[in-house]
Amino acid sequence: MIKKFAPYLSKYKKWVGMGCLCGIMEAVFEMLIPLVMANIVDVGVQNHDAAYTIRMGLLMAAMAVVSMEFGMGLARCSSIAGQSFGAELREAQYNKIQEYSFSNIERFSTASLITRLTNDVNAMQMSITMGMRILVRAPVMLVSALFLAVMINAKLAMVFLVAIPVLLGSLYFIISHVRKRFGILQGRIDNMNTAVQENLIGIRTVKAFVREDFERKKFETANGNLRKASEEAFGFVVLNMPVMQMVMFSTIIAILWFGGGMVYTGALQVGKLTSFITYVTQILMSLMMVSMIFMMLSRSVASARRILEVLEEVPDINDNACDPQAQVADGSVVFDHVNFSYDGKEDDLVLTDVNLTIPSGSTVGILGGTGSAKTTLVQLIPRLYDVTSGRVLVGGRDVRDYSLEHLRNTVAMVLQQNTLFSGTIRENLLWGDESASDEEIWAACQAACADEFISRMPQGLETDLGQGGVNVSGGQKQRLCIARAILKKPKVLILDDSTSAVDTATDAKIRRAFREDLSGTTKIIIAQRVSSISDADQIIVLDDGHVAAHGTHEELLESCDIYREVYQSQQEGAGLSE
Amino acid sequence: MSNNTKTAAPMRGPGNGPGKHGYARPQNMGKTLRFLMGYIGKHKLLLVVVIVCLFASSFAMVAGNYFLRPLINNYILPGDFAGLAKMLTVMALVYLTGACCSYAYARIMVHISQQTVYEMRRDLFDKMEQLPLSYFDSHTHGELMSRVTNDIDTVSEAVNNSFASLISNGLTFVGTLSMMVFLSPGLTLISLGFLGLMFLLIKVIGGKSRFYFGQQQQKLGNVNGYIEEMIEGQKVIKVFCHEEEAKAQFKERNDALRQAAISAQSYSGIMMPMMGNLSHVNYAVTSCVGGLMAIAGGLDLGSLISYLQYTRQVANPISHLSQQINTILAALAGAERVYEVMQVEPEVDEGTVTLTEAIRKEDGTLEETSEHTGIWAWKALGPAGTVVLEPVLGDVRFHNVVFGYNKDKTILHDISLFAKPGQKIAFVGSTGAGKTTITNLINRFYEIQSGTITYDGIDVRLIEKDSLRRSLGIVLQDTHLFTGTIADNIRYGKLDATDEEVVAAAKLANAHAFIKHLPQGYDTVLTGDGDNLSQGQRQLLSIARAAVANPPVLILDEATSSIDTRTEKLIEKGMDRLMAGRTVFVIAHRLSTVRNAKAIMVLEQGEIIERGTHEELLEKKGRYYQLYTGKAELE
Repeated sequence: MIKKFAPYLSKYKKWVGMGCLCGIMEAVFEMLIPLVMANIVDVGVQNHDAAYTIRMGLLMAAMAVVSMEFGMGLARCSSIAGQSFGAELREAQYNKIQEYSFSNIERFSTASLITRLTNDVNAMQMSITMGMRILVRAPVMLVSALFLAVMINAKLAMVFLVAIPVLLGSLYFIISHVRKRFGILQGRIDNMNTAVQENLIGIRTVKAFVREDFERKKFETANGNLRKASEEAFGFVVLNMPVMQMVMFSTIIAILWFGGGMVYTGALQVGKLTSFITYVTQILMSLMMVSMIFMMLSRSVASARRILEVLEEVPDINDNACDPQAQVADGSVVFDHVNFSYDGKEDDLVLTDVNLTIPSGSTVGILGGTGSAKTTLVQLIPRLYDVTSGRVLVGGRDVRDYSLEHLRNTVAMVLQQNTLFSGTIRENLLWGDESASDEEIWAACQAACADEFISRMPQGLETDLGQGGVNVSGGQKQRLCIARAILKKPKVLILDDSTSAVDTATDAKIRRAFREDLSGTTKIIIAQRVSSISDADQIIVLDDGHVAAHGTHEELLESCDIYREVYQSQQEGAGLSE
Repeated sequence: MSNNTKTAAPMRGPGNGPGKHGYARPQNMGKTLRFLMGYIGKHKLLLVVVIVCLFASSFAMVAGNYFLRPLINNYILPGDFAGLAKMLTVMALVYLTGACCSYAYARIMVHISQQTVYEMRRDLFDKMEQLPLSYFDSHTHGELMSRVTNDIDTVSEAVNNSFASLISNGLTFVGTLSMMVFLSPGLTLISLGFLGLMFLLIKVIGGKSRFYFGQQQQKLGNVNGYIEEMIEGQKVIKVFCHEEEAKAQFKERNDALRQAAISAQSYSGIMMPMMGNLSHVNYAVTSCVGGLMAIAGGLDLGSLISYLQYTRQVANPISHLSQQINTILAALAGAERVYEVMQVEPEVDEGTVTLTEAIRKEDGTLEETSEHTGIWAWKALGPAGTVVLEPVLGDVRFHNVVFGYNKDKTILHDISLFAKPGQKIAFVGSTGAGKTTITNLINRFYEIQSGTITYDGIDVRLIEKDSLRRSLGIVLQDTHLFTGTIADNIRYGKLDATDEEVVAAAKLANAHAFIKHLPQGYDTVLTGDGDNLSQGQRQLLSIARAAVANPPVLILDEATSSIDTRTEKLIEKGMDRLMAGRTVFVIAHRLSTVRNAKAIMVLEQGEIIERGTHEELLEKKGRYYQLYTGKAELE
């Protein structure tokens, strides 16, 4: 896993290297200080050498200052490396998502992608920034303290042969248990979060059915389980400290006992004995730190895995096999024995053997009940999904022959779930064509019947839409989205139930504008209302993924039962809106 | 030695990243502390044990180093090994006690903190269930979610670690300092000088670091907001081939965040090496001066060594405390936000009339029963303490009702209307005309400003809220499904419904067919608000849910809006059966669903501008006629 993340850190190798160097130097100097102190006690004080004492004192102070400089250097380097790594990961994921097809996006769900780009990246960069200091310093301190301790007195250093394995063993025992318990805890946290979230989202339902007590009990269970799991997990964590203390204190006592004897026999000096004790604390502390950092890193492993999933997802639609020179000749669309399923398997078909011929410049209406795969059908034209078998042709060539950019710039689509972005109306419309002049913008708005309400707004095209276009009504939003698509001057224009919130009179006006202003464009319109498409050149009736019938309004009234039924059900009540 | 055991806790709630509240400061410290102590204070006895243990463990830590002086002066240097053994045994016992005590207090604090946050969460959730809907309108789900997760987590963390750490570090600091004074008052002056310097550094660097953290949080919010908007609109980006622009805009924001974060992290990162190495400088100067004092004979060797050990440690509590301060402030700010929710006025409910099921006796009078008879009655206490039962008929009347979500913006103006038992009343009009608002007033989701609403002649304010709502079945436009099986979700309407009742309700709503096609049928588990069902299927479940509840009055708020016209035709019969014999309020976009209503109210900007039957309204050639013929827009 580390190998897979290395490329995102490689640009900052310099900082990592410098940081490591700083960390090593800081630790080395820090370790040397007690040794100098031992000289003060053993040489300076015992020989009553004041000048030597002062010299050594100044040396120690100088070493501490140098060590501080290196320490600050390490802090700076690890911040740069950690934060840059995080920024790279965010960007890499974001750019990767730009390559995703619709089905890639659906596989993750929007909310999960957002978490991976925000929380997961934060967790990883935190562990780098914080972990680097400890991971660099702790081993250096461990090795040099051990080395110095052996230098002072190799026999006394044998104590570590017992102390270190005991500490490592108990740390391993604790950490492996803690990890297991944290795994359980995470599940309980998720359960509690789900309980709260569902309650909040469905609060009207809860209140309407007077289910407050029921919800309370549900929450109580989740909450109680969480408490138990937390207490078990954290109860184990707190073992860390006393175990560490026990090992350390036993070691110190052992050293005082054996060391005391050595001092008496003159094999060891008092100052050295004190330094030795200092090294004991440092050795055991650095072991402790390493174990903690491993615990912290294991926490970000989950985040790392989730980020990798995003980075390693293979975009399932690409134009590697296209002919870059291929140009869409006209707006004709042909479906040739098209089968489609979302998982690519033939036994779960959403569309079955669809054959259609749509001449360039004509208007086509698509009608069908919920789940009859209307949206799926049109999404195959701009290759938002790829057919499972068969072919879709635009301008006489297979859509897979064109570059995606060229194809999608030629085939404009207004999605059922419209999104406008924060910014002004103009900024949103320019998505269709960045270099559009004011005249072109107004012309597109006119065709989409959006000109009237925009000009009524005090700021006109400069009106701020707010996030998700909250400042306009649903019908206005739909018309803006249509205008945005028209600005692309496409050869094929697809409207996926895009006028549902627009009243029938305006709807009719938009259709008239289409006929007059966009006569060369193929218009494919999905609608719930028969009136929206009754004057189309061709109407396609879909039923459960099959083309049940196609023809003109009059022909279908004559021949198609489904069409007649829908028409009649709407005639009775003038289905004026969905 | 570190008491600040940072552990690898699992990741918490969704939404806000770490540190979102890290630098927020509590506004009302006093009340928040009292609120918090209300929970922690329940464990008085345990707290006493904790404090005793804290004293013991801090004492052991401080005393351990002092032993070095007599050890060296009295035993090691003179070579008294029997004495050394005895002394080391005493030392071992002190250390052992210390270690045991530090485990004991830490373990007890885990219990106290988990119990505290458990109770806080429980109370908070309890409170949330009592809050009026207006509260949920003005606060996002994310906000409330973050109360239960992030805010309470900060409290948990602080109680778990900081509380004990605060006391133990304080004790260790005071103990160490007194030992230093005891060993050598002169040398202590030097150390005090360095401590002063450290305090100054914490203040200066801490201030800078906070400033840059503020910047970082702002930039982070900016990036996260952008990510959210773009990922949500990802499909539009694809359709418009807008990927390159989106990448460029993201890069700009991401780089700004990176710069700000590097500054913030650098400042907070240099704190530790600065403090640590300043402490080393202190150690160096003290060794030097102490050595000179020992040479001059003003200090014995044992005291010097012992003192030097203290010098190494005296700064530790300070840097720990400086780290804890942010945790504690964050916890207090979190606790305060929880406290604020706890202070919100709950839904008012002063009603006394309750709903009950009854059986009709031979003489025609009603008698209360605990069985499901399907006969509903209002139960009120008569003048002499007698119980009065009146049948629930479903007669709902509005008399000059005025309402607004805010006091200064009236939504409904002087609404008067009546629905006699068994009548179907429809509301039509544009979005925002006030149709849903009217139905929300019947079940008292919101309180009216003036006028009265009566239910079978009883002012709805006199009816106990739970009873009132139980008597009304509502099918909302957005169906909310809960984690659980399909059957569980239908049963939400009536918790003790039998399997047969559930299936019957599903059949009535025409949901049986699609449920049977699901892999596990009625036992299919729904997750994530029923993501795996289509909008139309969810609505069918919602209708089934209302059907199983079998309420006297039914409110259908766009109940069939996501069902296509053909399917709607199919469930029409079921709906008719569901509506039969009940008073029904219908809100519909599709006018075909309301044309057979007894009365149709056309609403515009909070006023009823037309009312009458379908035919009457068409004849009038007014607003309804325009809507019906599609000459006016609903949005």
